[in-house]
Amino acid sequence: MPQYIALKDPLRESRIYSARTIGAIILVVGLLAVIVVRYHSLQITEYENYRTQSDRNRIQLQPLPPKRGLIYDRNGVLLADNRPSYILSVVREQVPDLEATLVELQALVPVSDSDLEKFHKKLTRRRPYEAVPLRFRLTEEEQARLAVNRYRLPGVVVDAQLLRHYPHGELFSHALGYVGRINEREVLMLDETQYRGTFHVGKVGVEKYYEDILHGEVGYQNVESNAHGRVLRVLERHAPTPGADLTLHLDIRVQQAAVDALGDRRGAVVAIDPLTGGVLALVSAPGFDTNLFVNGISSVDYSALRDSLDVPLFNRAIQGQYPPGSTIKPIMAMAGLESGLVTPESTVADPGWYKLPGDRRKYRDWILRIRGTGHAPRVDMNMAIAQSCDVYFYDLARRLTIDRMYEYLHPYGFGTRTGIDTTSERPGILPSTRWKREAMAQPWYPGETLSAGIGQGYMLVTPMQLAVATSVLASKGQRKTPHLLQAIDGQPVAPPPLEPLIAKQENWQEVYKGMREVVHGKRGTAKYLAKGIEYEMAGKTGTAQVIGIAQNAVYNEDEVAERHRHHGLFIAFAPIEAPTIAVAIIVENGGGSSAAAPIARAVIDTWLLGEAG
Amino acid sequence: MGDYVRQMPHQGSDDMARPPSAAMRFHIDVPLLLLLMALTVYGLFVLYSASGQSMAAVIRQGRYFLVAYVIMILGAQVSLQRYMRWAPWLYLLGVGTLLAVMFVGVGAKGAQRWLEVGGFRFQPSEIMKLVVPMGVAWFLADRILPPRAGYVLGALILLGLPALLILQQPDLGTALLIAVSGLFVLFMAGIGWRYIFGAVVLAVASAWPAWMFVFKDYQKQRILTMLNPESDKLGAGWNIIQSKTAIGSGGWQGKGWMKGTQSQLDFLPESHTDFIIAVLAEEYGLRGILLLLSIYLLILLRGFWIGLQAQTGFGRMMAGSLTLTFFVYIFVNMGMVAGLLPVVGVPLPLVSAGGTSVVTLMAGFGMLMAISTEKRMVAR
Repeated sequence: MPQYIALKDPLRESRIYSARTIGAIILVVGLLAVIVVRYHSLQITEYENYRTQSDRNRIQLQPLPPKRGLIYDRNGVLLADNRPSYILSVVREQVPDLEATLVELQALVPVSDSDLEKFHKKLTRRRPYEAVPLRFRLTEEEQARLAVNRYRLPGVVVDAQLLRHYPHGELFSHALGYVGRINEREVLMLDETQYRGTFHVGKVGVEKYYEDILHGEVGYQNVESNAHGRVLRVLERHAPTPGADLTLHLDIRVQQAAVDALGDRRGAVVAIDPLTGGVLALVSAPGFDTNLFVNGISSVDYSALRDSLDVPLFNRAIQGQYPPGSTIKPIMAMAGLESGLVTPESTVADPGWYKLPGDRRKYRDWILRIRGTGHAPRVDMNMAIAQSCDVYFYDLARRLTIDRMYEYLHPYGFGTRTGIDTTSERPGILPSTRWKREAMAQPWYPGETLSAGIGQGYMLVTPMQLAVATSVLASKGQRKTPHLLQAIDGQPVAPPPLEPLIAKQENWQEVYKGMREVVHGKRGTAKYLAKGIEYEMAGKTGTAQVIGIAQNAVYNEDEVAERHRHHGLFIAFAPIEAPTIAVAIIVENGGGSSAAAPIARAVIDTWLLGEAG
Repeated sequence: MGDYVRQMPHQGSDDMARPPSAAMRFHIDVPLLLLLMALTVYGLFVLYSASGQSMAAVIRQGRYFLVAYVIMILGAQVSLQRYMRWAPWLYLLGVGTLLAVMFVGVGAKGAQRWLEVGGFRFQPSEIMKLVVPMGVAWFLADRILPPRAGYVLGALILLGLPALLILQQPDLGTALLIAVSGLFVLFMAGIGWRYIFGAVVLAVASAWPAWMFVFKDYQKQRILTMLNPESDKLGAGWNIIQSKTAIGSGGWQGKGWMKGTQSQLDFLPESHTDFIIAVLAEEYGLRGILLLLSIYLLILLRGFWIGLQAQTGFGRMMAGSLTLTFFVYIFVNMGMVAGLLPVVGVPLPLVSAGGTSVVTLMAGFGMLMAISTEKRMVAR
């Protein structure tokens, strides 16, 4: 020690130490200043930012999805309602071992591979403590199994959600349409605010057309929640406005009667109340269970529907375009009478065929191949309608010309969409020289006028258009836009009336007489309908060729393939004195009108007499 | 306490005129004690709120404080001479236990840091925070200061060996703190600025190889997260985003005691331990931060003052090192919570919940008090 003491210089050491202390103090104060600057910048300069951020953390705006409006038929029968559906979800943060839990859950409830795939996808893009759905639509038994095992499955949640349900899924499939999960394309089109918290949207039909009314107004609540997502209290709440309930003109009894009468045949039935334009029945067969679509249809089910030869997803009533065949004749008769080209008394010679002047081709009447002759030596209008004489209307069409035919037929609603309140309606074709020039860049040939006169050739109508035209006939020119909606939340609504079709009273009566003969006459083409009938029905049969028949070939129903058989059509209204129902029916490949006419009887019986056809 | 050796040069002092007070008799530095008590009381208030109004947490922490104050006071009674005499043996014992940890230690989460003796678990690296600077100060105490290159090298070996042992546990944070506490001794001993600048240059130059070869992935991740917390919002970035939000949303006034939404609603992680400063910032605002920093600054200044008053090289170096190490805790913790530094496990001294660091820190303050009373006793 002593030798060191001699060398140490306490004063110098003390001085150095003091200098170092001052250096240390400068360092300390300088770095503390850095800290102060940092906290100042966070707490003062960026205060607003962080304040907002912390509120956003704490306060969550939760959407309160509105309850979708219900849909009733005219009798108050529920056609679309909302039912609680149970969803199995997993909160990742509360699950100790995800793999083990998933294995356990799969033992309790069936979980498909696609469910699992969606679950894992969603799992990577969730907020902490957000419940990720694993299985939808749990059955009661599955719920019970989960409930029993809940104690050993932490982080497994079963939630309820209201889901659309169609109690009469298949019966109203084409009349109502359906809702489905919002897809990526729809996300872009829908109002983001209104659809927060809503997973479904109307996809087709009434469900889509009245989406805005059915959806309602989204509500929201501000909730304070902790980092685990648990809601601690509701700060502010704006209740959602539920969607309005719709009452439709549809009558479940009439709809059922139509479906029953069609049986397993393909076709369409449309019934309209001529007084209001309200659609009483809208059937396209085959239908499908709309409930399949509500929560995502399985690919197996979907391809079955899509690939079926019967195209069940195709709404024949408004999308199907068929030649009207002879069902056009009463309207042609109106055109003849109104134009003055024919009178009730005027007659046409009927050898069973018709020739254009200077043309050797024979335009044959359908009766020719049955009787080998015409309906009668001379045919008047009444007989022409009752017995569906082609020659009479060939002559009328020729004299009327195609463009005047267009003028007279257009007000009945042909060649344009009827404007019914549902989706994907097609316009059909009402040909004219102008139409052919524009659509086909070809001139009109005189022979084509004759075909048009009996509802063949280029003319195409939808069953809806045919029903509307029948309704115009039945109401003596009162034109109404056909519509399904009768009332919103009990408040009646109706589309604005269209300009009426003005025609002479006696002309209507004359046509009615002919149509009455169809059913009630001795030689009416649908006289078999009159058996046991309790009211007077006006009708008109029709047959539409599916394949062209060569000039001299004979159509033999038994020999042609089922799908090449003629379509059977029938239009009718009743009671004749004061019609309350007008129907149009098509049975695809039904062979002839006799396939369709009994359906009209069944539908009208149900409507007028209240009995199931 | 009777074995004070009066070997220091006599210095005139007013103390001589007065009879020794009770504080002086028990070697208590009253200003330091008052500041520490202010700090711990302030800390307990914050803790009550940060722990979700848990009185149990406050009582538990209060008990730690009680033990720590007792250790501090006991530590203050030990003479500096004795500390110096114990220093080499404590150092050897410390290194020995670190080696023991290496071979028979127990660990958790992939790190082997504890030693179990008779069912009692302790962390030798914690004690090293005091023992390493003592060892280095002891080594340099009798040298001519500033120390020559050879002694600087010797001191570096003394501080480097335990640091390396702790580094391989692995515990980078503690290893760095321990190395730094030894380096502070060297700094206070007056080593030349060229060493200091050289070290700084070396540190910067070795950053790249360290990144490539030394740092583990989780350590790199922490640094990356600090630089850009948004890159991993829900994972590693979550903590830092939430703590910055808590601090920033406190503003000048704060949201009020127990009204911090970030902390009360569990958005803030580790809210009662390493991230407690964010709770304080959120609930008391910048005002509360400035008050805390004022207390800390006064404690630091008192520490430096004690060092300046110390009579021996050992006492001076220890006072300087203890004070600067205390500051490093404050700076690292407050910097990391505010997103200035990567997240390392450093508590906010005497405020964060936990017993170990409190006991070590207070033992250090006990030594500081021993240093402070040394000169007065000597003067007497």
